Amino acid sequence: MDISITINGTEHRDDVEPRTLLVHHLRDDAGLTGTNVGCDTSSCGACTVLLDGESVKSCTVLAVQADGRCVTTIEGLADGEGMHPVQAAFREHHGLQCGYCTPGMVLAAVSLLREQPHPSEADVRAGLEGNLCRCTGYHNIVKAVLAAADGAPA
Amino acid sequence: MIPSAFDYVRADSVDAAIAALVEHGEDAKLLAGGHSLLPLMKLRLAAPAVLVDIGRLAELSYVHDAGDHVAIGGLTRHHDLETSALLGIEAPILRHAAGQVGDPQVRHRGTIGGSIAHGDPASDLPAVLLALRATLVATGPAGVREIGVDDFFRGFLETALAPTELLTEIRVPKAAGAGWSFQKFNRRAQDWAIVGVALVRNGTTGVGLVNMAPVPLRAGAVEAAIAAGASDADAAALAAVGAEPSADLNASADFRRHLARVLVGRALAQAAG
Repeated sequence: MDISITINGTEHRDDVEPRTLLVHHLRDDAGLTGTNVGCDTSSCGACTVLLDGESVKSCTVLAVQADGRCVTTIEGLADGEGMHPVQAAFREHHGLQCGYCTPGMVLAAVSLLREQPHPSEADVRAGLEGNLCRCTGYHNIVKAVLAAADGAPA
Repeated sequence: MIPSAFDYVRADSVDAAIAALVEHGEDAKLLAGGHSLLPLMKLRLAAPAVLVDIGRLAELSYVHDAGDHVAIGGLTRHHDLETSALLGIEAPILRHAAGQVGDPQVRHRGTIGGSIAHGDPASDLPAVLLALRATLVATGPAGVREIGVDDFFRGFLETALAPTELLTEIRVPKAAGAGWSFQKFNRRAQDWAIVGVALVRNGTTGVGLVNMAPVPLRAGAVEAAIAAGASDADAAALAAVGAEPSADLNASADFRRHLARVLVGRALAQAAG
């Protein structure tokens, strides 16, 4: 089936099997391997991307469901050389250890802050419940998201 | 994991979706948000030959004030329920419970109609609809019919929906000011409830149980005891009457019965407060 998805601002047209998962389309067809496959069962959140600005688990979305819509992956977050504020906060606060969960964690945080620009610590922890860090590096991740929120315009 | 191959049909109207279901019969499954169906397909526990995608039917995504009830479109996402100001006033238990489903990513995709039509006894929302005494609206080739929530859940992942019907609307009686409680017992964030209880006190008391039988279950003995004037403690002791909980790695059947009694007791106390 012919589909067209705007990925990180660029239109991608492809002929995909209907059963193609969005995460595989992003990685294998569009060559954007920043989106990781983790559990592959919509539990861990490593494959989180933004679909029309909202966080989704791309292992549980068919590419045909994203037809005509906008997807943002970790590669599309920075503005040229300038990091996205959430990326910068993750670096500043060392919100990662091995880094595998990080792309999904960052995009989940971006979506959270879009819905709740000034969350409490509890809001951040609840808002990231769909993302697992096997290094258990949650403390610094939460610090980073709170710092990014503090930097956001009120 | 990749699903078995299937033919994909994108419906651009309710009528087109029904026509596709009529054409393909039991080989077809409806795809809404996909957060119940796609995981099953990836595990090859489900392998429909045809997927009829109704995910773009924006006319089925709404939360409306309909006089004595709130009308909710079948394709309304959990995220839209948990942020609905109208539900916050008229059925706050549903707004709250929708925010307990899965995690934010799941709630950005999953829909109330999809969750209800899936009929999973471990899901949160069926128990809430039991407690609220909701009515479900199915649309099929013969038109529209209403199904009371007590007649809807028929067996494990089986509902009263015919293979050619869509669950188009959920009607929730208004319950502004009613006491309510939603108790979800699990070990980790984002997990399914090991046992859950939805309870609404609005003149009468409605109690729905999560994961206490092959179907979402009404705690009828508790409701009858409260109606007959029993104390909350005596009523809560009846929470597992008629239940047939399964045993799994999270809990034995006996532990689930214990949880139901404890959680109904907590829910009665919270809803009274």
